[in-house]
Amino acid sequence: MSHYPLDPDLFTDKVKLEPNRAGFGRGLKAAGEANEAVVALCADLTESTQMHLFRDAFPHRFIEIGVAEQNLVTVAAGMARAGKIPFTSSYAAFSPGRNWEQIRTTISLNNQPVKIIGSHAGLYTGADGATHQMLEDIALMRVLPNMVVIAPGDSLEAEKATKLVAENGTPTYMRMAREKIPVFSTDESPFEIGKAYVLRDGHDISLMGTGTMTYQLLAAANILAENGIDAEVVHVPTIKPLDEGTIITSARKTGRVVTAEEAQIAGGFGSAVAELLSEQLPTPVKRLGMQDRFGESGKPAELFEYFGLTPEKIAETVKEFIDNTSQYHREY
Amino acid sequence: MLEAAGSGHSAGPLGLADIFGALYFNILSLDSKNPNWEERDIIFLSNGHCVPVQYAAMAEAGFFDKDELLTLRKFGSRLQGHPERERLPGLENTSGPLGSGLSQAAGYAYSMQYIDDIKHRWVYVVLGDGELNEGNIWEAAMFAGKNKLSQLIGIIDRNNIQIDGNTEDVMPLEDLKGKWESFGWHVIEIDGHNIESIIDAASMGRAITNRPTMIIAHTIPGKGVDFMEYDYRWHGMPPGLNEVSGAPAKADQARIAIEKLRTLNGKITHEGQGV
Repeated sequence: MSHYPLDPDLFTDKVKLEPNRAGFGRGLKAAGEANEAVVALCADLTESTQMHLFRDAFPHRFIEIGVAEQNLVTVAAGMARAGKIPFTSSYAAFSPGRNWEQIRTTISLNNQPVKIIGSHAGLYTGADGATHQMLEDIALMRVLPNMVVIAPGDSLEAEKATKLVAENGTPTYMRMAREKIPVFSTDESPFEIGKAYVLRDGHDISLMGTGTMTYQLLAAANILAENGIDAEVVHVPTIKPLDEGTIITSARKTGRVVTAEEAQIAGGFGSAVAELLSEQLPTPVKRLGMQDRFGESGKPAELFEYFGLTPEKIAETVKEFIDNTSQYHREY
Repeated sequence: MLEAAGSGHSAGPLGLADIFGALYFNILSLDSKNPNWEERDIIFLSNGHCVPVQYAAMAEAGFFDKDELLTLRKFGSRLQGHPERERLPGLENTSGPLGSGLSQAAGYAYSMQYIDDIKHRWVYVVLGDGELNEGNIWEAAMFAGKNKLSQLIGIIDRNNIQIDGNTEDVMPLEDLKGKWESFGWHVIEIDGHNIESIIDAASMGRAITNRPTMIIAHTIPGKGVDFMEYDYRWHGMPPGLNEVSGAPAKADQARIAIEKLRTLNGKITHEGQGV
């Protein structure tokens, strides 16, 4: 059932490493080439968010807003009314962190196709510490009507997603991470907004990841396989709208679900999966992510280890979960 | 409208009646039968709670039937308590939470001036004075000043009141003219109840080609309804309440206020005639 080609170099020394935001930068430039209506606005973080590629190619369609995130998204809302497709970027802690009400009123309720790119989301922001490690953005944006929420799994997917988001005609949030991470997908790997993908077939448990955590789950599945556990890995880059069919099909097949996100588990991706399953296919769910606490300064590897999000830690948690939970089958 | 709705803001809309009359019957280039006409001027309302006066002006201008005004704030109405763009053709934005209209107007004006090279169209935005407490306003003020958005014309309803009291007591705004000038705006102060002054100021704003224009329109809150004038307690209340001392009986309040609002303070004398 899996038709998702993974990079053959994955889990070798030749694996390509690149930050998601680099894919966004390329995708935005390509979107700008494809559609003159695409404009880009940034709040004094143009190179950090990789908007400089667009700025250098289309200087007259790039708008420097300065350190003013409320203005960032509201100017974009006005430009959308004038027929533009505005992409806004800053660190996720500031946008949508600081300007959520403006996003709610002037973009979501006003239903304007503004694209909010939250860069440097999650623990990969590392040394900057808790203030800059945005962990609440998925929950904040997922509750807004009209809003699409995407957390690409790697830079290639971020590039594909950016091009599609430019043309989806609706308010959209995309979260990006700072650090280089393994690129697991290929040019041929599919990406559609609203679709989830089975990256690895399995029968004992479904590991569902969004954004940067999908790679960690693939690596965890390898460890579990060595321990005789056959894990299915489902990549869910679009958190809203959720691909209900793929998630339910996998949950029905394996009877247990573990979700993983580089964000607060409350209200986030794991919550979205738990909401879906509790209503449509009650299934034991374990949510991995930040357990109602903030991060702190450190190297990403140290933080992932401390917060239990490395492949080894995830594999341990999954084994415990399997040991303590009976497999649920609708046909019991 | 507000009496029928049973809630809403009285003072601001009454004070803005002359301004909205001037906008919809003289200043703005609009087509009420084709609200999305591509050559139209753009009007953003930043202080969304004053939308009853915009609805009234739109109805008088023929955007929709005047009978619909009495559906304000009612279930199923296109006339939401605070304006929603998608519900009513002719509205350019959704507002209510204060401080975000100027940025949207600036974004539209930026698109016209720097990307689409559109001349001879203008973006107007009506702001309250109380909402100038919001930081978002001053972010927009910097942005518009930096970019010399000459097709952007703001109108501040300087009525000196906000919910908790007089603006200079709650959070002083003066020197208001000096503030806007220091942000790179051309500032015009006018009597916001003098129709000719309003029209002249807008005309001046269109003639200024090297920076945005802010018109500070001094208005009397509750204008035309003597028991409401100057009294901040009417900011957020509809007619029909006797809680404000010195107010007429409930039935009289509603009749007087609705009459004043529907006729734009007597400026409209019969069906279809503008100022």
